[in-house]
Amino acid sequence: MELKYLFNSLPYIKPELILAASLVIIVVADLIITKKKELLHYIALAGIIAAGYFVLEQFSMNAFAFSSSGNKGMLTVDSMGAFFKGLVLTASFFVFLFSFSSNEINESRSKLGEYYALLFGMILGMFFMISASDLILVYVSMELVSLSSYVLAGITKQSLRNSEASLKYLIYGAVSSGIMLFGISLIFGITGSTNLYEINYILRSPETNRVILLLAGLLVFTGIGYKISAAPFHFWTPDVYEGAPITITAFLSVASKSAGFVLLIRFIKVAFIQNSLNGYWQLLPAVDWKTILLVLSILTMTLGNFAALWQDNLKRMLAYSSIAHAGYMLAAMAVLSNQGLIAILIYFAIYLFMNLGAFFVVMLISNKIGSEEIDNFDGLGYASPFLGVSFAIFLVSLTGLPPTAGFIGKLYIFIALVDAKMFLLSVIMVLNSVVSLYYYMRVLKHLFLRKAEGAPIELKVSFPNAVVLLMLVIPVLVLGLYFTPLVEFAKNSISVLGF
Amino acid sequence: MENFPILSFITFLPILGMILILFVPKKQEILIKWLTLLVTGVQLVTAGFIWRYYNYALGGINNLNTFQFIERFRWIDISGLTWLGNVKVDYLLGIDGLSAPMVFLTALITFIATLSSWNISKSIKGYFALFLLLDTGMFGVFVSLDFFLFYIFWELMLLPMYFLIGIWGGVRREYAAIKFFIYTLFGSVFMLLVMIGLYFSTTETLANGSKIFTFNIIAMMDPKNFTATGILSPFNPNNLRLVAFIALFVGFAIKIPMFPFHTWLPDAHVEAPTAISVILAGVLLKMGTYGILRISYPVFPEITHQLAWYIALFGMINIIYGALCAMAQKDYKKIIAYSSVSHMGYVLLGMSALNSAGFSGAILQMFNHGTITAMLFLGVGVIYDRAHTRGVDDFGGIANQMPIYTGFTTLAFFAAIGLPGLSGFVSESFVFLGSFSVPSIRVISIVSTLGILLGAGYMLWTFQRIYLGELKEKWNKLPDLSFREYAMLVPLALVIVALGIYPSAMLNLMNSSVNALTDFMNNAQKLYSLVGKY
Repeated sequence: MELKYLFNSLPYIKPELILAASLVIIVVADLIITKKKELLHYIALAGIIAAGYFVLEQFSMNAFAFSSSGNKGMLTVDSMGAFFKGLVLTASFFVFLFSFSSNEINESRSKLGEYYALLFGMILGMFFMISASDLILVYVSMELVSLSSYVLAGITKQSLRNSEASLKYLIYGAVSSGIMLFGISLIFGITGSTNLYEINYILRSPETNRVILLLAGLLVFTGIGYKISAAPFHFWTPDVYEGAPITITAFLSVASKSAGFVLLIRFIKVAFIQNSLNGYWQLLPAVDWKTILLVLSILTMTLGNFAALWQDNLKRMLAYSSIAHAGYMLAAMAVLSNQGLIAILIYFAIYLFMNLGAFFVVMLISNKIGSEEIDNFDGLGYASPFLGVSFAIFLVSLTGLPPTAGFIGKLYIFIALVDAKMFLLSVIMVLNSVVSLYYYMRVLKHLFLRKAEGAPIELKVSFPNAVVLLMLVIPVLVLGLYFTPLVEFAKNSISVLGF
Repeated sequence: MENFPILSFITFLPILGMILILFVPKKQEILIKWLTLLVTGVQLVTAGFIWRYYNYALGGINNLNTFQFIERFRWIDISGLTWLGNVKVDYLLGIDGLSAPMVFLTALITFIATLSSWNISKSIKGYFALFLLLDTGMFGVFVSLDFFLFYIFWELMLLPMYFLIGIWGGVRREYAAIKFFIYTLFGSVFMLLVMIGLYFSTTETLANGSKIFTFNIIAMMDPKNFTATGILSPFNPNNLRLVAFIALFVGFAIKIPMFPFHTWLPDAHVEAPTAISVILAGVLLKMGTYGILRISYPVFPEITHQLAWYIALFGMINIIYGALCAMAQKDYKKIIAYSSVSHMGYVLLGMSALNSAGFSGAILQMFNHGTITAMLFLGVGVIYDRAHTRGVDDFGGIANQMPIYTGFTTLAFFAAIGLPGLSGFVSESFVFLGSFSVPSIRVISIVSTLGILLGAGYMLWTFQRIYLGELKEKWNKLPDLSFREYAMLVPLALVIVALGIYPSAMLNLMNSSVNALTDFMNNAQKLYSLVGKY
């Protein structure tokens, strides 16, 4: 690759450059600032906002960057990528705000520099994951995300649980990325290329070896499935979510998952789709992704929901619930249509608010009572009605009941499914939402229906936290009744560069 | 008066009240109560206005022009990509002779339920806030004519109901609350799928001549609006209309509750506080049958004709089975709960006849059952407040101690049995008149009359065990009705007697709509045979 191509491509990675710069600034600032470590919070927030500014201009872009061979690049910059970059940044923004008041983070204040540096490394990796159109870059960016998150999962080193989470994450991650790399090498062996666009071009010829391709596709999917915690690659999720600091758990459950989903969308849509007919994507005969996604989606949502029924630890329960939500989004993916893609975008945007909200409330409560066990939450809805009602709204939204935004998310998935005449999947999905009602309501049962034992606990929500909470609650309520802007936005952001 | 959005007013007034209550300090319990009473009182007056300006000649059902108090504006407007179509959802409210009685019933019952909530002592603020949220949901269901809107209101009721039973209920309240929630959600998720299926099968013509998919219930009733390939379109030879009808019907049947989906009802009733039982039996159960008449029947008329016999059969099972279950109970409240199952069976039987007598009977029975059961549950509440037990065998001879109270309950009992001169008699006789005249369900109709006999059996037996006989020593301190209890019971008693003597007050109100519905159902057979598969 010539140097001039490199320089020509730089304008396309402005947000990534900002993130890298912020990372460096934080590391340096951490060395200089010795007393007032809190400043790091603000530096981090500033970095996010600056990156967000440059993401905005990517919504209108449609370009390849870093062309390795021919005119297809290592990176593609398109509106879908911009949408998910915006999502990752929004999630980071909220998680940084959570970090202000998280006991876990504040107790290990000396590590705040590493904490943010690693978070920025992770966000940077996600950004590259989102735009990567070359399997090598996919792998490298995934490793960047993974390595940062292994450390972050165990960063507080306060408890055994913490270190256990980190180690488990590492082992699962190493194995699945190894498997993925093997898949990539097989694909390279068949097609002679690692660029998704070129792979697509080669797969169109009839003489590809389908058995090996199927195997390779599945192996790559293993790596992606691990990131989005789809069954059967989800085993790490509950342990890591339970053990990691809650800010990191919240971040993993939204941002990491969304980056994984973009990868999945790009991988399938760019490499394996022949053309698009009335918004429906016609698969190449090479690999039957529709069936694979269908089966995995059913498996993921059912397993997530049923396992969540038995959880007594709220973080663990939310971990399984996030697996179930990945299943719902996989269902929309299985439609293989623009409509399904819109549904995924809408769902993710809403999922961000409701899931982060739920984690935030759990964090605020466990800051006070030092536990995430559901039995310790008895009667706490009355200790702070504001917190309790907000939690109720998030949980109702996660269940997918109107008039909350979660309903709109589910509605659009159902619209995609019914329009594609995938009735079995839609019936399984509605039954799953009924199951999920039970464990979400179980939390409300403890919060409101039970009486607290012992002395009443004082739960005061500080003003800044109340503002953050409102920033999460209001979208969940408003988008449930007036979702036009979100849908319009998602509809304008589904352009994936390619055919 | 012309342009005042009276239906939005009556629907969203409680939300306003709820917000006000949220700002009232927790200690101001009296203020919160009076505020709620004011809101429901204003609703009652508004309902009176609606009645005053209601045009008896207009039929409604499948013709939007003959609905009244229509409010319509575009709520969701998403411009289209070709393959997605324009998503447009209307905020469309309106009432006809089918929903008007339900609106009046809801206004009356919520007002009385507020009075009956006066002795709630635990977290008053939360209780009345949720109560008002529930209130909005109930009105919304009865006035919305857009399926999407209807669904939102339908689901809106679930959460407040869960908390109202779960927090303020009896010993097994947690179990009862979640059971209610899961049962109802189970039904409504299928409703959601059918709703989306209908959306993709129905188009509405815009002013500029373009066609868009629609959630408009009225548009779904006209076969001309169906697309050629929609999955629930009669033009599509592989349509799934039968499956969709059953799914939708089950969603509504759970709410009625129809056998075999009735098991949540006794639990919910027994655990719920009195006021919530009153609302549950008085209004919520009607939503099931209302939904069937408003949506299932006119949208799937040809399937309705196919399955009418089965609906009648389930009606019969409800009547007999509910009565037998009621007979076996020892808990006063459970008896009344099962009597609801039995009485809602009459509604199903009446509507399965598909003729005007049957429809009149069904709708009238919905209204009458609402008032009668409300009164019965209030009766249970009054005695439970004093004695703190509901075991039928714990009592005896209450009539000696509380004669006025016993007088009111006697009226309710006799109305429930169907004594001539009281409202229950009129609706039940219309139901039998309607169903007997249809040859295919005549036998079912005849067997169902057993229900009256059984009804008299368990009602009188219960009455005898509680109110007659010798007064037990421990009950000789029970005071008779208080002023507040008079205020709850007298209006209901008046309505029951008035509609018994002069049922035309209600029948005239719904007459045009009943005729419109009957005509529509009869013509639909011809209409749908034209479009092919019937």
